[in-house]
Amino acid sequence: MSPEPQDKAAPQALLRVVRLEKRFGGFSALDGVSFHVQPGEILGLVGPNGSGKTTCINVITGLHKPDGGALLYQGRAIGGMASHRLVHLGINRTFQVPKPFLTLTVRENVEVAAAYGRRGSEAFDMQALLASLELDRDADRPAAELNSVQQKMLDLARALATKPKLLCVDELAAGLNPAELDRVAERLRELARAGMALLVVEHLMGFIDHVTDRVIVLNAGKEIFEGELAAAIEDRQVVEVFLGSEHGA
Amino acid sequence: MPRWLRHTLLTVVPVIAAAALLPLGYSNQLLLFNFVVFLTLAQGVNVIYGFTGYLPFGYVGFFGAGAYGFSLCVLHLHMAPLAALGVGAAAAILLGLLLTPLLRLSGAYFAIANLAASLAVYQVVSNPNLENITKGPYGISLSGVFNPTLAYSVAVLILAATLGLAVYLRNSRFGLSLQAIREDAISASMAGIDVVRSRTLAWLLSALVAGLSGGVFAWYVSVFYPETVFSPEFSIFAIVFALFGGVATVTGPILGVIILYGIYNAIGISTPQYFQLLYGLLIMGLVLFLPNGLVSLFKRWGIDVP
Ligand SMILES: Nc1ncnc2c1ncn2[C@@H]1O[C@H](COP(=O)(O)OP(=O)(O)OP(=O)(O)O)[C@@H](O)[C@H]1O
Ligand SMILES: [Mg+2]
Repeated sequence: MSPEPQDKAAPQALLRVVRLEKRFGGFSALDGVSFHVQPGEILGLVGPNGSGKTTCINVITGLHKPDGGALLYQGRAIGGMASHRLVHLGINRTFQVPKPFLTLTVRENVEVAAAYGRRGSEAFDMQALLASLELDRDADRPAAELNSVQQKMLDLARALATKPKLLCVDELAAGLNPAELDRVAERLRELARAGMALLVVEHLMGFIDHVTDRVIVLNAGKEIFEGELAAAIEDRQVVEVFLGSEHGA
Repeated sequence: MPRWLRHTLLTVVPVIAAAALLPLGYSNQLLLFNFVVFLTLAQGVNVIYGFTGYLPFGYVGFFGAGAYGFSLCVLHLHMAPLAALGVGAAAAILLGLLLTPLLRLSGAYFAIANLAASLAVYQVVSNPNLENITKGPYGISLSGVFNPTLAYSVAVLILAATLGLAVYLRNSRFGLSLQAIREDAISASMAGIDVVRSRTLAWLLSALVAGLSGGVFAWYVSVFYPETVFSPEFSIFAIVFALFGGVATVTGPILGVIILYGIYNAIGISTPQYFQLLYGLLIMGLVLFLPNGLVSLFKRWGIDVP
């Protein structure tokens, strides 16, 4: 049933997801998902509500143990490893609903990630990171006082403070105005240009089109398409999933 | 001046100076000793609740473990008090290790499980069948090592170390990591924090504080019953004092003990009805208007409270 992993296509993949499975009780949230991401690449992960996008990120970042299949990161099996160890290996994420440390200041939120999330001791420029996400003026306010867009940016700042090689962003664009969308898109592309691999979950197709090189379409825990977004919207199965079967004919 | 030094000068130094000097001019040493014990316990609660977010309703379990660890070594092994104090501390840490699975619970579930655990330890210690070992319900008498002056000094040293620990947590990345865990354990793990390791360490540190405190309490009073050192009042007082002053600061629990335990001693025993009224009003007022404790007032005015 599930497609073969794209092994031949990606000899230098940073992360390879192979027939990944995750069940909650009797329900299969991930039912044999396979894909890969390369350094410097932005891979979009799209699909209808409940298709397993967040679950996929949760398994990759160690929040859930996989029930089957494999996760290979830099060629090494990482399935089921504790989150903080994955962070130290260079994997990080943002949350669909941002999860900042509410009573800590913006600066402390990032400081703790910079202190615990990075192996090695290269210099870390807090000011530049906060400024790049427009958080610098609120650096000394508690995170609880930020609006939801700023809290999303703080989630991103915390992830970036750990110097990830693989960054998963879960619906970062939802709720942003067009100017903010442009800035975030530009920021993500900058990160990719610097060699980071990004896995971007998003419902806004314009944003996906703007930032991604390639997309994976998930439906009911299976990937049903892999390729460029332009091709995906021509794909009968993808159209069916998004618009209902009467449109797919 | 580094922040930690400023915090030390503003909190640890005056409290320890007062605790050391007051006995010279004030004759009720027992009262001062009780203040020292509650100052210590309130900071112990601060470590695990204020910084890490676990409300230890059974905190007294560690205190009792320390008291019995100390006493049994003195009774059966004729250990010197300072060595026995070490064993009391070890007993509390051992109990803490046994209870680490409770840290998987959160909120009220943790609080209740911890309370149940402390009651279980109390039941074991006071079991008449263990009379040969623990003296069961008949209590402990350690007249041989009775030395309140020395015990008081050691209690002040334990308080100094505990306050030092609080200053450290207030100013270190470890303390920040505990607060991150308190705010959101999943996000803390994504900040690279080994959540299980850090919260276990905080738990054992707070057990150590209560164990030492219980040991020195046993030494100071020398005669006590199991219900004395396992009294839920220790947990409740320490928690209320810490919350009243404001947790996750060094100052908050100190203020809480001085004000509330001060009122308790001033009128709690002579006119308990007024005392309870005043206590009730103070605590209600605080919960309504300053849920983060007295020190949140200073923070509101932009003052960096130690
Ligand atoms: N911890 C969990 N326990 C039980 N079921 C879960 C859990 N997490 C996710 N699920 C279920 O798994 C399915 C996939 O959820 P997931 O959050 O991954 O979807 P999603 O693609 O991110 O959707 P959305 O676009 O709405 O965010 C859903 O049916 C969801 O209810
Ligand atoms: Mg989702």
